[in-house]
Amino acid sequence: MTEDELIWRIAGGSGDGIASTSQNFAKALMRAGLHVFTHRHYPSRIRGGHTYTEVRVSADEVKSRGDGYNFLLALGDSFARNPQENAYYGNEEIKPLSENLDELHEGGVIIYDSGLLDPSEIENFDERVEENNWHVYDIDLRSMAREHGREVMRNTAGVGVTCALTGIELEWIEELMESAMPEKILEPNIEILNEAYDMIHEEYDVDAPDVKVPSGEHDEEQVLLSGSDAIAYGALDEGCRFIAGYPMTPWTEVFTIMSQNLPEVGGISEQVEDEIAAAALAIGASHAGAKAMSGSSGGGFALMGEPLGLAEMTETPVVLVEAMRAGPSTGMPTKPEQSDLEHVLYTSQGDSQRIVFAPGTAAEAYKQTRKAFEIAYEYQIPSIVLYDQKLGGELANVPASVFDEEPNPSLGSTLTEAELEDAPHSDTGKYKRFQHDVEDGVSPRSIPGQKGGRFLATGNEHTPEGHISESPENRVAQLNRRVQKTEAIRAELDTSSKDDSHQTYYGPEDADYGLITFGSQQGTVEEAVDVLNENGHSVKSLGVSDMMPFAEEEVAEFIESVDEALVVEMTASAQFRGLMQKELGLYGEKLSSLLKYNGNPFEPAEVVEGFEVNIIEDDELDHNRMKFVPSAGD
Amino acid sequence: MSAFSAIGEEREIDREEFTPGLEPQPTWCPGCGDFGVLKALKQALPEVGRTPDETMLVTGIGCSGKLNSYLDSYGFHTIHGRSLPVARAAKLANPGLEVIAAGGDGDGYGIGGNHFMHTARENHDMTYIVFNNEIFGLTKGQTSPTSPKGHKSKTQPHGSAKEPLRPLSLSLTSGASYVARTAAVNPNQAKEILIEAMNHDGFAHVDFLTQCPTWNKDARQYVPYIDVQDSDDYDFDPTDRREAAEMMHETEDALHEGKVLTGRFYVDEERPSYQQEKQNIGEMPEEPLAARYFDEDYEWERSYDMFLDKHK
Ligand SMILES: Cc1ncc(C[n+]2csc(CCOP(=O)(O)OP(=O)(O)O)c2C)c(N)n1
Ligand code: SF4
Ligand SMILES: [Mg+2]
Repeated sequence: MTEDELIWRIAGGSGDGIASTSQNFAKALMRAGLHVFTHRHYPSRIRGGHTYTEVRVSADEVKSRGDGYNFLLALGDSFARNPQENAYYGNEEIKPLSENLDELHEGGVIIYDSGLLDPSEIENFDERVEENNWHVYDIDLRSMAREHGREVMRNTAGVGVTCALTGIELEWIEELMESAMPEKILEPNIEILNEAYDMIHEEYDVDAPDVKVPSGEHDEEQVLLSGSDAIAYGALDEGCRFIAGYPMTPWTEVFTIMSQNLPEVGGISEQVEDEIAAAALAIGASHAGAKAMSGSSGGGFALMGEPLGLAEMTETPVVLVEAMRAGPSTGMPTKPEQSDLEHVLYTSQGDSQRIVFAPGTAAEAYKQTRKAFEIAYEYQIPSIVLYDQKLGGELANVPASVFDEEPNPSLGSTLTEAELEDAPHSDTGKYKRFQHDVEDGVSPRSIPGQKGGRFLATGNEHTPEGHISESPENRVAQLNRRVQKTEAIRAELDTSSKDDSHQTYYGPEDADYGLITFGSQQGTVEEAVDVLNENGHSVKSLGVSDMMPFAEEEVAEFIESVDEALVVEMTASAQFRGLMQKELGLYGEKLSSLLKYNGNPFEPAEVVEGFEVNIIEDDELDHNRMKFVPSAGD
Repeated sequence: MSAFSAIGEEREIDREEFTPGLEPQPTWCPGCGDFGVLKALKQALPEVGRTPDETMLVTGIGCSGKLNSYLDSYGFHTIHGRSLPVARAAKLANPGLEVIAAGGDGDGYGIGGNHFMHTARENHDMTYIVFNNEIFGLTKGQTSPTSPKGHKSKTQPHGSAKEPLRPLSLSLTSGASYVARTAAVNPNQAKEILIEAMNHDGFAHVDFLTQCPTWNKDARQYVPYIDVQDSDDYDFDPTDRREAAEMMHETEDALHEGKVLTGRFYVDEERPSYQQEKQNIGEMPEEPLAARYFDEDYEWERSYDMFLDKHK
């Protein structure tokens, strides 16, 4: 992490356009040659409720939210509930300012809308400003917006002020507004932007704070997108043209992106009555010869447990995505957590087999979603892409070339009618869809409507032609064959080169210590590795994505290569560390845990601190676990 | 050659093509009404000109769910209550298929009731046969959603305190565009109704009374049956929603008074099927989606070309 980066936090009410303003801001700076990364914090409410988005901007690559931040734009909350005395939610109106002070760096900047916010309502505000050497700008953004347009355009006024103080050239913002805004509102917004910018230049010393935007340049074209975008594009490029779903935060984003794009490519999206139906539709469409997917978050995925087993037993390819949020039950709908790991690995009855990938970045989400489809259709098995609200929602710049790939519409191990003619059939003409002795356990399927391909698919144990059977010999042959597929998949995934593997290695190869994580925490852990090495420690990291079949060899090799490793995950019960120990059966004494489950993802500094306390100072810890309890306000 | 040459094939079809040879033999109890459904369906399919390779029969779990074990076609024996969502997606992926879903009264009106309501509402172009034996057959005779009030079973030792569900009325209010009731004891009518249901463009629901001599009642109890179209005692217009609703109500009440009324209760040939509705708004391709995967010349779109610009 460098000092010369901007971490800009725009805070206000949910429904006040915070998300779109911050997205435009991030994209403008990406176009200006900088690296950007956004972190969203929002409540489970449509309107009102304190929300913020952080945009971290740097000349170098950024992989995570920062540690705290250095620039606050506090807007009003248009939908704040009436503050009654002793209401448990407190005075909401002032929250965009009051809730955001704890993490603001020393020497940081505060712009607040004096038309809507009154800092005298905050205890010791002036003292804190002085103590922390904050630069405070009280500007009536609301009036400025009203004068030229509408009150909601105060966001634009705030961006104008930000640009003036941080040295961002207005043309970057203007260009973006021109492409993003409808004609009608463009003109007043440009006026407001310029007026705010000019006013600051005229009335203030813009050099007073030293929080500035660096200048940078990309070597290749970049795109700004989220993990949800990347999952959707991965699915589309694998020829997925059918999705069925039921809305649930945060999976709704993937569902929405797919539903908006599918009609343009002749695909079908179905919003259905519940998640049982959603998974069953994906299975039905796939069975009938389409590449299909569904998905949900924890509660909805629970409803998919039985269809998931049906897909496995009937060997119907299907891809499900699971966007984790804090549980149990409704939990915290808009907060990320990784505690659905075991739920996704083990739900559904019987000796169940499935594929589970947990990508760590948007680029990995694209690649691994594609791989999930490829394997599902090649091996006729359900694949699951496991991610969370953090990866799904955060925006980061990614080289456009990552997506410059050829489509793969292959239905995998499926026969054509011509091939069916030579395929084995029962005496009565049924195609032997589930043959016992086949390579890698994969018996190719036929598709309804094909001549000579009819068979019975059933969730009961079945004979080669699909008839229900409880014969012990057949049972063992069929179950062994299905299990054999997982081993073949493991072999296919086990790539000898670290660059091709789904696991992500970072830091000096000969380091003494390791950090291991999975899914969305990868970038944060890598930033922590940089800091730790700068601090004189010797640390590397491993981000694991192959959860099932588990990346046994790679993880074992990594643990072997270090003295000790800290396992970083957003769960309370160390599910990921448990998975490693279950799969490897070893290393209990080498691993300890750093856990966070308060609804917010790790910041790099928290991982750094966790490592120093746990590994270096070697504090005696209960069950090798350290829970991260962040200071108030996080 | 099309990828699915069984679809639309014109030829003579023998109903024995739908019999899967010696094995498996039906395991239903002697006298079970389920045999009647199997027989009627085997007779009806050739008459609508469908071959085994273009027919997809999707079933739930129950004695009734075994139907596709004994009828030779493409079959999908799913899980309890979920035949409809599997079936309707198959129809969307390949509208050329003759898609039939079937299952028990517990399967379709109980555990899968939500899917029943919504599939009817959406008016998917398919046939849905509910084997209504007013009982859970496979799990040994427990009370089902259509069991009459007071019905005693091992799990309702003092008799059911619940009024039975009204399957025909539920179907109508949910949006089905063809609603009929027939009975295993009336094979000729059953065959005719299944033919109409398959020819109907929309969701055709057939409540099929199937006696369960093992747990419930034998065939005699569904006799005599009355065909409301043939009888002079009933005069209503099945294309009129209000008249249909009244007739259904009467029919549902009559069943528990020992009077078996059957026939067509509601027929709406005007309402477009779901597939047509979806095509009208541009959310469903004109060519069957499934065929695209076998089309060597199809130029598959790339998200890089289609969608990436808005992220730049
Ligand atoms: C989720 C689930 N719950 C329960 C069962 C057990 N079960 C199997 S069939 C059945 C009821 C069968 O009744 P019905 O649907 O009327 O079919 P019938 O046997 O009468 O034809 C039940 C409860 C199951 N297979 N799956
Ligand atoms: S238990 Fe009843 S429904 Fe099941 S096969 Fe026997 S008679 Fe038929
Ligand atoms: Mg029943």
